[in-house]
Amino acid sequence: MPSRRAPVVFPSRLELWLITLIGLVPAGLYFWYGAHNQLGADPVNVFERWLGLWGVRFLVVTLAIAPLRDLGVINLVRYRRTFGLLVFWYAVMHVATYGVLDQHLDLRAVFGEVTTKPFLMVGLAAFVLLCPLAATSNRWSIRTLGRLWGTLHRGVYVVAALAGVHFLMAFKTYTVTSVGYAAALFVLGAAGVVRRVRHNGRRRMSAANEPMRRPKTTG
Amino acid sequence: MARLRLPAVSGSDITSREAWLNRRSFLVSGAATGLGIGSARAAGTLKARATSYTVKDPPTPRVDVTTYNNFYEFGLDKGDPVQNSGGFHPEPWTVRVDGLVRQPRTFSMDDLAALMPVEERIYRMRCVEAWSMVIPWDGFALAALLGVVEPLGDAKYVAFESVLRPDEMPGQRGGLASLDWPYVEGLRLDEAMNPLTFMAVGLYGDRLPNQNGAPLRLVVPWKYGFKGAKSIVRIRLVADMPRTTWHSMAPEEYGFYANVNPTVDHPRWSQGSERVIGSSGFFGAGRRTTEMFNGYGEQVASLYAGMDLRRWY
Ligand code: HEM
Repeated sequence: MPSRRAPVVFPSRLELWLITLIGLVPAGLYFWYGAHNQLGADPVNVFERWLGLWGVRFLVVTLAIAPLRDLGVINLVRYRRTFGLLVFWYAVMHVATYGVLDQHLDLRAVFGEVTTKPFLMVGLAAFVLLCPLAATSNRWSIRTLGRLWGTLHRGVYVVAALAGVHFLMAFKTYTVTSVGYAAALFVLGAAGVVRRVRHNGRRRMSAANEPMRRPKTTG
Repeated sequence: MARLRLPAVSGSDITSREAWLNRRSFLVSGAATGLGIGSARAAGTLKARATSYTVKDPPTPRVDVTTYNNFYEFGLDKGDPVQNSGGFHPEPWTVRVDGLVRQPRTFSMDDLAALMPVEERIYRMRCVEAWSMVIPWDGFALAALLGVVEPLGDAKYVAFESVLRPDEMPGQRGGLASLDWPYVEGLRLDEAMNPLTFMAVGLYGDRLPNQNGAPLRLVVPWKYGFKGAKSIVRIRLVADMPRTTWHSMAPEEYGFYANVNPTVDHPRWSQGSERVIGSSGFFGAGRRTTEMFNGYGEQVASLYAGMDLRRWY
């Protein structure tokens, strides 16, 4: 599998900024629409759902990067942080819309709902987990945290599962959209877990085959 | 007395709220001075009699009432019904009223027009999804219709069945989100006989648009909106609680009674407050506190005396 890996594509800084900027256009556009009464009868809900949907879209992109690399299609790992951060910003705007525009900062209502309704508890769990991932999405954290960083960022698979469940629960019935995105999230998340398990297995095997390169610390 | 007339009206005949309000005041003054109010508007007017069944809150703009709909027969999104109901034929139409009644009968819309004077009622509409509207309906009390067929003593419930027309209703052609068609709703007989319980044939003075349940729908203002079966073809009086669509699909989310109750939450969200629908962008309509029985407690609370409304949600 690794032999089929596509070569790394290195983005320029400008490119990454442009991706972020373009990635935020759906939010900006809909905010403008909403502020100018162009989002129909229930603008707050439309905006709230739109932000959730785009968060999931960028999450799918983020999760698809590794399999695309492994299948030899294209290697965009250097773009992954940018897409991951877009997921985070959409989640922030989604949650802020819920708290401010929808619940009008009624903190008691927000707290009451978010801690008792499984649908929102799952969303909250996903959001809470996204925060440390976003906070450590920088070179300094990668350097300082070492292996812990990798372990932490495997949390993205849990975010995928939670977001998928939250999405499915956001509708009265199963819909093509919610089932489609949730399936994408579950499959990509599961693929990530499988990749990790395999990778760790290989590491252990290769470690066993090359005892010389492994400094023995015990016995 | 104004009679129910059902002239055709195009779906795009959408009046702004201002125009509607102007028209109303015109109608009122016209009636007061003895002018023929029939000439006040083009074909399409139902000429409904005003009633005291009205609320103070401003009516939701007509454009929102007719473009933001839950009518799964035409699709899942709120915008689907207006988009996908163009091919639906609400005429000719009959509704069969039978079951435990002395005089079972099939009514055409003309029969109903001849029998039932049309009146206007401005009701609150509270959706189980925690949003609300205020809608000027035109129609008649269900009790008046039931009076015509004479329910028998052992009739305890009323079941409402919506039309089944997969050819004209894309949402009925199966697929993931499909419900068990046809849509069925139900009321206890005493609820059905309550003066508030209404059969609408129009809104904002005109015949019901397809997306709002043409040509005939149920309106029960103290219950969540899904109780209001649309495009009704059959009304059955029965002895046992009918198997209603949403209740049998997800009993822990949608009760048979479905009375608006701010103290009993939906499993996925609180019912304590509601988003007020209205095209005013992010910072307009806002939120309001949900009232017990949607504010109609005075008229209906006695129906549930002694009942545990947490158990019978
Ligand atoms: C505290 C955290 C969160 C809260 C309170 C929350 C709240 C909500 C609410 C109120 C809705 C609308 C449901 C409705 O209209 O009935 C929604 C829908 C949704 N949320 Fe969240 N959410 C949270 C976190 C997240 C996260 C982290 C994601 C994914 C990145 C997400 C993705 C979605 C999606 C995809 C939808 C459905 C969108 C659609 O209708 O197309 N949410 N959420």
